[in-house]
Amino acid sequence: MSRKISDEKYEKTLSFRLKRWFEGTKDPFLDTVEMKPQKEFRETKEEKEQRAKEKQQLLERVYDRNHNKEILLFRKLYRVVSVLFCLCLVTVLLVAVSFLPPLGDADNPVNNEVPARYIESGLQETGAVNIVTGMILDYRAFDTLGESHVLFIATCTVLILLRRDGDKKKKQEEVSDRLHEPKNDVILQTVARVLVPPIIIFGIYVILGGHLGPGGGFSGGAVIGAGLILYLNAFGFKKTERFFTAKTYKVMCFGALGCYCLAKSYSFYTGANHIESVIPLGTPGAIISSGLILILNICVGIVVAGTMYTFYVMFRKGGY
Amino acid sequence: MQFVQNLPFISIIVALFSGSLSSIIGGRKARWINIGMISLVTAMSVAVLVYVLGTGESYVYMMGHFPAPWGNEIRIGVLEGTMAVFFCVVMLLCMIGGSREQFAEIEEGKLNLYYIMVNLLLCSLLALIYTNDLFTAYVFVEINTISACGLIMIKQNGRTIVAATRYMIMSLLGSGMLLLGICFLYDLTGHLLMSNIKEQVHILDQSGQYHIPLLVAVGLMSVGLAIKSALFPFHSWLPDAYGYSTVSSAAILSSLVSKGYIFLLVKIFYRVIGFDVIMESKVINVLFVFGIAGMIMGSVSAIKESNIRRMIAFSSVAQIGYIYMGFGLGTEAGVIASLYHIFSHASAKSLLFLSASGITDASGDSTDFFDLTGAGYRNKLAGVAFTAGSLSMVGFPMFSGFISKILFAQAAVEDTWQLLPTMIALAISTILNAVYFLKTVIRLYTPEKPKVLKKKNYKTIHAADNPAKSVALVCLVVLNLVFGLCSEPIVRAIQQGLDMFA
Repeated sequence: MSRKISDEKYEKTLSFRLKRWFEGTKDPFLDTVEMKPQKEFRETKEEKEQRAKEKQQLLERVYDRNHNKEILLFRKLYRVVSVLFCLCLVTVLLVAVSFLPPLGDADNPVNNEVPARYIESGLQETGAVNIVTGMILDYRAFDTLGESHVLFIATCTVLILLRRDGDKKKKQEEVSDRLHEPKNDVILQTVARVLVPPIIIFGIYVILGGHLGPGGGFSGGAVIGAGLILYLNAFGFKKTERFFTAKTYKVMCFGALGCYCLAKSYSFYTGANHIESVIPLGTPGAIISSGLILILNICVGIVVAGTMYTFYVMFRKGGY
Repeated sequence: MQFVQNLPFISIIVALFSGSLSSIIGGRKARWINIGMISLVTAMSVAVLVYVLGTGESYVYMMGHFPAPWGNEIRIGVLEGTMAVFFCVVMLLCMIGGSREQFAEIEEGKLNLYYIMVNLLLCSLLALIYTNDLFTAYVFVEINTISACGLIMIKQNGRTIVAATRYMIMSLLGSGMLLLGICFLYDLTGHLLMSNIKEQVHILDQSGQYHIPLLVAVGLMSVGLAIKSALFPFHSWLPDAYGYSTVSSAAILSSLVSKGYIFLLVKIFYRVIGFDVIMESKVINVLFVFGIAGMIMGSVSAIKESNIRRMIAFSSVAQIGYIYMGFGLGTEAGVIASLYHIFSHASAKSLLFLSASGITDASGDSTDFFDLTGAGYRNKLAGVAFTAGSLSMVGFPMFSGFISKILFAQAAVEDTWQLLPTMIALAISTILNAVYFLKTVIRLYTPEKPKVLKKKNYKTIHAADNPAKSVALVCLVVLNLVFGLCSEPIVRAIQQGLDMFA
């Protein structure tokens, strides 16, 4: 037997609100959310003139347009010439490519004694099952040493461009940045909670297995970096800064690059002076094998992951 | 193997390591590491040069346990040794001379980043000089490009950011063309090691096979490196980059960075393609034409410029034109003259940038031409140094520029059709050089009216006020005089080094 409740109580129940919503008698956003019609962008004639004048003044002050017909001419000429230059380059390259040796032909000049030795005796000489890793981290390790420093110096350049040092303005912006961060986005956080650990573990696997199968420091580091960026987006800077700050990055990067330098100096020095290296190659296929390659892969991985993460942070707010 | 032979490799590694070390320490400590590292590398390079001069032949150094076509290798001869010593000395002087500006113009927190850039720049220059492998060269060209970009924008204002952006775009275009050229060559020869490519190119040249792609590869590499070293039509990034960056950056950029690419080009001509093949390919004629255009147009732009730093920067365009004109002559004498001009331009240009900063300090930090009136009296040492640098650039006897101009003229006389254009261009360019440099020198020694002096409140600067810069200026003036007065052993060393290249 149903009993009638008072109207006051009834208005608080779910069924009443459902009914109200269904019938559309009350707009739920009314009085709860501030709603203003957007102001139409309109400027008076004077404002418009002022804007045009300011723009003109800026151009004049920077380029001194009135006195500098040369720049105007140069700009027009520049457009024409750059298009012509690109067209010429494209034509020349297309013509030249058509004269190159056919792709994949066994008699190509590329198939000489160099790759032959990599393929035939790469395993014995470097101990790496993955020949590519053996090539980049043992045969041609000097190039890779340079390449990892390219990443390092690229980060430093981005730091120069975007880093702001502690002043009031920075703190202000940091506060406003926190406002724009996705706070407690449930979907993102849940997915990140599930995905980030496997991503990072997979990255570590790719780095550690670089000498055994496809993978290595560059790819594994990129995977870890992606995981870190996802974690940052889900949980914000407060959580990531507990374990990853600018200082961590610097120390990690220095450690990895210094380790790479030292390890390779040893192997260059012994190699050039024909001294037998004391580092054992181990059993091919085992995780701890192939001499220095595993260590170098870890170093490269650290540098790449740190670089990716730092780039993201820099472009997002210009500092940790 | 003697221990000395390890030094080139050790100097590269030391420079690399000091780069990453500087990232974890403060700016002032990083500066000492930077100065110490450059001095150490200079000492090592001198030892290597003495050793190579003693044995009279070049040697290769294996980077790792695997011999050349499989592993990496570096190669050291007389020319490489001389270049390395010279680059280190000039860089050391530029860094010492501009140290006060570095502290004043760079944010405290970014100071160590600046030294990272300089350390890695030196490392990449050394690697470009010593490398015997084209791909290694490309990797270090990348480091060189990025660090140069950092050097430009470390002093942050709108101008330098725009300049760095422009530099990046032009320089990456050049890098891309260089990389494409290397890819083509690899596809045609199957090698990346310079000596092996040369053998294969010789065979291809004899048989006439793959003629067109080979030509395109040569063209791509030469044009790519010419763009990177600011040959005439590709110089639009240069005046802002040199004119507004901090003074040691400007000096290093103009005297070393572009020269590193030029030296790589010489290496490619001699050690990768072979000079006779280059001669047949007619690519050098293109370089010749643009070199001559650069000689004239660079000077014309410099005359029109009223900002003294930008004027010196435009003068670089003209001097780079000289160097490419020397290659364009297509004779060994031409290449020797160009290489000599690398030395004389680098020493004179770094002197000019450093002394110009001394002069502008004495003129209320204004770089405007008319504000410099009488600055030679207010900062005597900088005035003298600027005069010395200008005379060297114009080609006054006793200074380094004179010798390189004589060498260019002698090289042109050997030639047939290029004689007339070269001589005319040399004459016109020398006159134009004299116009804008001597105009500035005269302005420096025109006494300013006492009334204006009182109003503008200029400071007088004594040599003892900034001892580091004074030492650097004196050393650079001496360097210019050495190159002007004792040119013979240096020319002989270049000759010997080029013979070793073949």
